[in-house]
Amino acid sequence: MKAHRRQRLTLIVVLVALAGVAIGLALYALRANMNLFYSPTQISAGQAPGGRSLRAGGVVRGNSVQRDQQTLDVTFTVTDFEHDVPVHYRGILPDLFREGQGVVIVGTLDERGWIEASEVLAKHDENYMPPEVDGALKAAEASRAIPSDAPAVADSRASGTP
Amino acid sequence: MLIQILPELGLYAMMLALAMALVQAIVPLAGSLTRRPLWMSYAVPMAWGQALFLLTAFVCLALGFLFNDFSVTYIADNANSNLPWYYRLSAVWGGHEGSVLLWSMMMAFWGLAVSVFSRNLPRDMLARVLSVLGMINAGFLIFILATSSPFDRILPVPPSDGADLNPLLQDPGLIVHPPMLYMGYVGFSVAFAFALAALMGGRLDAAWTRWARPWTNLAWAFLSVGIALGSWWAYYELGWGGWWFWDPVENASLMPWLAGTALMHSLAVTEKRGGFKSWTVLLAIVTFSLSLLGTFLVRSGVLTSVHAFANDPSRGTFILILLGLTVGASLTLYAFRAPRVKSPLGFGWFSRDAMLLFNNILLLVMMVTVLLGTLYPLILDSLGLGRISVGPPYFNTLIVPLTVALGLFMGTGPVTRWKQMAPRELIKRLWLSAIVSLIVALTIPWLYDGAWSLPVSLGLLVAAWIVVPLVREPLTLIRRFGLRGPAKLSRSHYGMVLGHIGMAMTIVGVTMVSNYDHADNVRMRQGHSVEVGGYRFTMTQLNEVHGPNYLADRATVRVTQGDRLIAMLHPEKRFFDARRQAMTETALDHGLTRDLYVAMGEPLDDGESWAMRIQVKPFVRWLWLGALLMAAGGILAVCDKRYRHRSRTRQAMEARP
Repeated sequence: MKAHRRQRLTLIVVLVALAGVAIGLALYALRANMNLFYSPTQISAGQAPGGRSLRAGGVVRGNSVQRDQQTLDVTFTVTDFEHDVPVHYRGILPDLFREGQGVVIVGTLDERGWIEASEVLAKHDENYMPPEVDGALKAAEASRAIPSDAPAVADSRASGTP
Repeated sequence: MLIQILPELGLYAMMLALAMALVQAIVPLAGSLTRRPLWMSYAVPMAWGQALFLLTAFVCLALGFLFNDFSVTYIADNANSNLPWYYRLSAVWGGHEGSVLLWSMMMAFWGLAVSVFSRNLPRDMLARVLSVLGMINAGFLIFILATSSPFDRILPVPPSDGADLNPLLQDPGLIVHPPMLYMGYVGFSVAFAFALAALMGGRLDAAWTRWARPWTNLAWAFLSVGIALGSWWAYYELGWGGWWFWDPVENASLMPWLAGTALMHSLAVTEKRGGFKSWTVLLAIVTFSLSLLGTFLVRSGVLTSVHAFANDPSRGTFILILLGLTVGASLTLYAFRAPRVKSPLGFGWFSRDAMLLFNNILLLVMMVTVLLGTLYPLILDSLGLGRISVGPPYFNTLIVPLTVALGLFMGTGPVTRWKQMAPRELIKRLWLSAIVSLIVALTIPWLYDGAWSLPVSLGLLVAAWIVVPLVREPLTLIRRFGLRGPAKLSRSHYGMVLGHIGMAMTIVGVTMVSNYDHADNVRMRQGHSVEVGGYRFTMTQLNEVHGPNYLADRATVRVTQGDRLIAMLHPEKRFFDARRQAMTETALDHGLTRDLYVAMGEPLDDGESWAMRIQVKPFVRWLWLGALLMAAGGILAVCDKRYRHRSRTRQAMEARP
């Protein structure tokens, strides 16, 4: 009976220790791999950290998409209709990437204020606005002082929000 | 005439099913508490009726799709008269409302199956099991009728044509992926119901585990196939060749799978040795709760994902309440009843019991890891602490070492004995396997690639270590009884063997494709060629083709290796009219040791060139073949003879006072 109890005690101690290690490791990995979301306004205000992976998002500004003639380099601008952020990406854009469409970009911010994108996400149907982008647009709209701008934004949002 | 009222018929059928589910939930349970056989006998007919009426509702909806009844909102949103008939059928579960109806119908069918195949259960046990199943489905049907009826009409002016099925879902893989996944999710409700029934009856002996085991294995097999199909679909349809993204929706299906795997193994200990009793019950509750959590995550629209088509917050709240009630009620019952259960058990650290214990711990740690990474962003967001996402590196850094550890126990477990084993004997049984595995792990990277590679060797070591010790048992039997020896092992043993080999195959696939794949994004024109991973890809043609509901640009790509023609591939970029949406149709040349993968990205400004993605993916098939093998193992174990002698168990049960 005693041996039985001792076994159980060892088991519990080992379990608690393992769980502690696992949770510690998990939290560490979580902190190291968390991508915070920043809106174009926050990025322009210098609130986003440079050099580490982040998420940014907004609407792709009309006529801003430019492809290099020789390579697969592409540049475009995302906006929350308050501030713009230029993005550089090399590769293939998703099927639903379009000007006027809400996109989320995973990448890093360089010294010039460009986002070097590692991933561009626009994998939803055209009526869908990523919730982060929706939030960023609403925040920008709320901070806007000049009402004459509003109709244009309302139009572009109408095609975007479900 | 009949066609026009089909949606209403479907709705009535659903209401009838709800009424029956409610009766099934309440009357048999009350009967089992007051010992009234008549009340208990309500359970079976109600389960049958519920299944019949949900099937009716489902058929009504399917017929609506076939006849293009666009006056029904759900059909108008998810189909189009140009859509081929088979996609019109699979569109039945292409959106939120239809998929929850499918969920509920499958729930009813699991209940039906339990009532048919478990007739030999003691009467009160069957009544309680079916009553728990009735409660779950009643909750789900209330949810459907209150928030997500697929039969709502657009009247008085229905649209002339539908908005079409999301092109991403117009794919053969997607016809079967959701039903398989739901069969798995819902199937765990049976193990859950057995566990709760056992708790209620206070009869937590090995008997309930013998009844619950085949059902758990079956549900687990379905879930494995469902997950594999989802991954395969993402590979060729969504992902540009990726096969797992740690997308919250994928995680939602992986969590019940991990918990369900732990449950299967824990059930084995409880059945064979009578140990881990309360633990097994808790796992059954956790597994089904995770299935419900998965449903909540996917159906509530809290996630950003292709699957998240429901953006109505009331739905999310409803499922969350359902989840809370299920978890709360079952854990309360557990808290009151479980401490009475004693597991009088001692075992050595090198026994099979201990190995399965470590297996359970590792699987649950993996599950919690995934849970943390999936829910953390949601929790931060709902607390207003910012929007974050957790990237794949988090999951990879944690899951990969945990899988390696799990693999070590998977190799050891099957050769250990129950209860007690001397370490020396274990070493005697394993040393040869260890050497063989090491040799395999060290030589294969050399043979394949001409260079040594630590990650590949590690992956192959784990895979070989899982497989090689499994040979021991049949070999000893051959030595003792000749060639007929291996037939002495039970089907459930071979089920375990198949399942473990499947896991090893998946590990091989993951290892090889992660370390040896070649991918290139290139600009390509007609006549242009590139070399990727030792293959030469030449674009020979570019033309336009018309599909039933789309227009496509289609390239012809010739693949050669040296002078040998390997394949002609035809990737397409389709443009769907109804939704004004573009879709990439990948071209694949698949083989057991490598896949060639060509996808058209986007047309470039000069009008002739396309951005193309070209990949060589070694051993990627093994990933999904492994999952199929695991599922086959689960099903083989269900066919074991001892589950067919249940009538004897019943006699034994009833003979006992």
